[in-house]
Amino acid sequence: MPAKAYAIMAEFETPAATLHAAEKVYAAGFRNWDVFTPFPIHGMDRAMGIKNSKVGWFSFIGGCTGYTTGMLMIWFMNAVDYRIVIGGKPMFSPFAAFPPSYELTILFGSFGALLGMLFLNRLPRLHHPLLKNRRFALATHDRFFVVIETCDAKFSDYETRRLLESLGSRHIEWVEE
Amino acid sequence: MAESTTSLLAEQPDLHVQGPPAQLERVPLVSNNRSLGWISDRIAGVIEGETPGWWKICFAISFTFMTLCFAMILYLMSTGVGVWGNQHPVMWGWAIINFVWWIGIGHAGTLISAILFLLRQRWRTSINRAAEAMTIFAVMCAGIFPLIHIGRIWFGWWLFPIPNSQSIWPQFRSPLMWDVFAVSTYFTVSVLFWYMGLIPDLAVMRDRAKTKIRKFGYGLFSLGWTGSNRHWSNYEKAYLILAGLSTPLVLSVHSIVSLDFSVSQLPGWHTTIFPPYFVAGAVYSGFGMVLTLLVPLRRLLKLEDIITVRHVELMCKVTLATGSIVGYAYAMEFFIAWYSGNPYEKFLFFQNRAADPFIIGPLMHIKPAPYWWAFWTMVTCNVIVPQFFWFKKIRTSMFIVFFLSILVNIGMWFERFVIVITSLQREFLPSNWSYYSPTPVDILQYLGTFGLFFTFFLLFLRYVPLIAIAEVKGVTPQADPHHPLGGAKPGGKH
Repeated sequence: MPAKAYAIMAEFETPAATLHAAEKVYAAGFRNWDVFTPFPIHGMDRAMGIKNSKVGWFSFIGGCTGYTTGMLMIWFMNAVDYRIVIGGKPMFSPFAAFPPSYELTILFGSFGALLGMLFLNRLPRLHHPLLKNRRFALATHDRFFVVIETCDAKFSDYETRRLLESLGSRHIEWVEE
Repeated sequence: MAESTTSLLAEQPDLHVQGPPAQLERVPLVSNNRSLGWISDRIAGVIEGETPGWWKICFAISFTFMTLCFAMILYLMSTGVGVWGNQHPVMWGWAIINFVWWIGIGHAGTLISAILFLLRQRWRTSINRAAEAMTIFAVMCAGIFPLIHIGRIWFGWWLFPIPNSQSIWPQFRSPLMWDVFAVSTYFTVSVLFWYMGLIPDLAVMRDRAKTKIRKFGYGLFSLGWTGSNRHWSNYEKAYLILAGLSTPLVLSVHSIVSLDFSVSQLPGWHTTIFPPYFVAGAVYSGFGMVLTLLVPLRRLLKLEDIITVRHVELMCKVTLATGSIVGYAYAMEFFIAWYSGNPYEKFLFFQNRAADPFIIGPLMHIKPAPYWWAFWTMVTCNVIVPQFFWFKKIRTSMFIVFFLSILVNIGMWFERFVIVITSLQREFLPSNWSYYSPTPVDILQYLGTFGLFFTFFLLFLRYVPLIAIAEVKGVTPQADPHHPLGGAKPGGKH
């Protein structure tokens, strides 16, 4: 192992081989590891033991904020701060206020989904050891990578490499810090 | 990166795929069994290759028209709305027609990206990116018109709930206010959805980039995407939620646009059928525009293996379905006008829209309607034209599809013309009746927005992957870990 190794990276050529490898690496008890693929592979979340994403909560809170903002804003503007009688109707009615509030629900909910996704993924992160690796550029093309970080408690110089070799990877290399 | 695109098929020649019986076999979404690497190479190649000659010519023309668009806005602002043909009683002229038309076009993009995603229509992946781009640029064109038609453009910000010197707030009982919220939300959410879909593909471009500028630009906007499965997990969830949020959004936007009309008390506008009728018409016109754009592009950019004939056929079928809904809505409007017994409604629909000088007029002993030609152009293009898509021969003939898709766009423009003009032009007091005609400024302003649209669309083609690379890869059999082409062992085991 080089002195400043960030992780060990094994390359696979088919999604089936990658999925199989992910199941085995997860079963071996690793925690700081990941699979890198050009597209999401069906069944990979379960193979890696990833729980349901929490993005929904961000979106839900965003949506609730949006609806409340819309209703409170319209109530404050048309019924409190500057009251004008229009057609003899009540100063505030939730029905007339609904369409803008509905749109704000969707607007804030969408921002919640996008920003929540970025927050959970710790993105943007423009500097990453893997992005310096030349071979890793194929992860957005047609190759699949299983990467186990050296900081993992289960990591061992020799055993981990042996495990990845036994899973059928044809190309294994160290990733520098 | 061509050396890495080894075909998986070549390595496993004796592979036998057990599929459904031949008559149930579907045409694959990517033709000719292209490899995953080929998909990246082909789509990114559109950006990386030399700028084609046709692109330069189209860009020069579009840019000229875009300049015209801004020149006409400047002329309008410096002179006043009198430069348009709007006159009492027709106070809503081409500006509102064009607004409704452009925003309707945008709806197909959101339908493809959101509703077809929720319905698990995997064919959407080849066309969603370009259609979403079309949505964004169409909404930009649409947004210009309500802004400039208000007369004193510099007070346009009064539409937003921002404190002003009179400390008065917008009046939220008006559908025009709802429109402000609907359209601005629609634009923002469309951009968010489009950008999120772009992140993995911008990473593809970053990893292929040869020049420093490209590396920096694509690197910055791909936000450091690595393709980590832990990221994909959150990403897919966020994508699903955005699709789920965009679906009620797209249905609400044109519904609210239709409320601008139907909340008023005018015959021809005051109908409850308007919201669904407008949404169907919007999707219909939007698919017309998607076909107009993609049928030539797949040829020019050599993308026939990704946007296959099957994709074009499916789009034609959606056009047929929504076009038939529009036709049904027209018929229903006439039925209700007659069934209601309301003389104003009957007058509007029969004497002011449908009565032509050749058949219906003489038969019913009524004078021809002033805009009978607009009405019958609309019926021809929106009721008769989509019915041609019943025939497979027509759906698979690209030239005819392209031609019919243009007729769809024309028909939907005339629909808005008929709705806006004929309802206003003969109002309740006959002494106010007049004939509306546009001025050259109206026409040039409209043509100018085409320049704006195509300028942005052509720039999009050159700098952003016009097909969702990661998504198209995901729907190939090579991407399925339980398919032999994805490396599965016999029995679909991975």
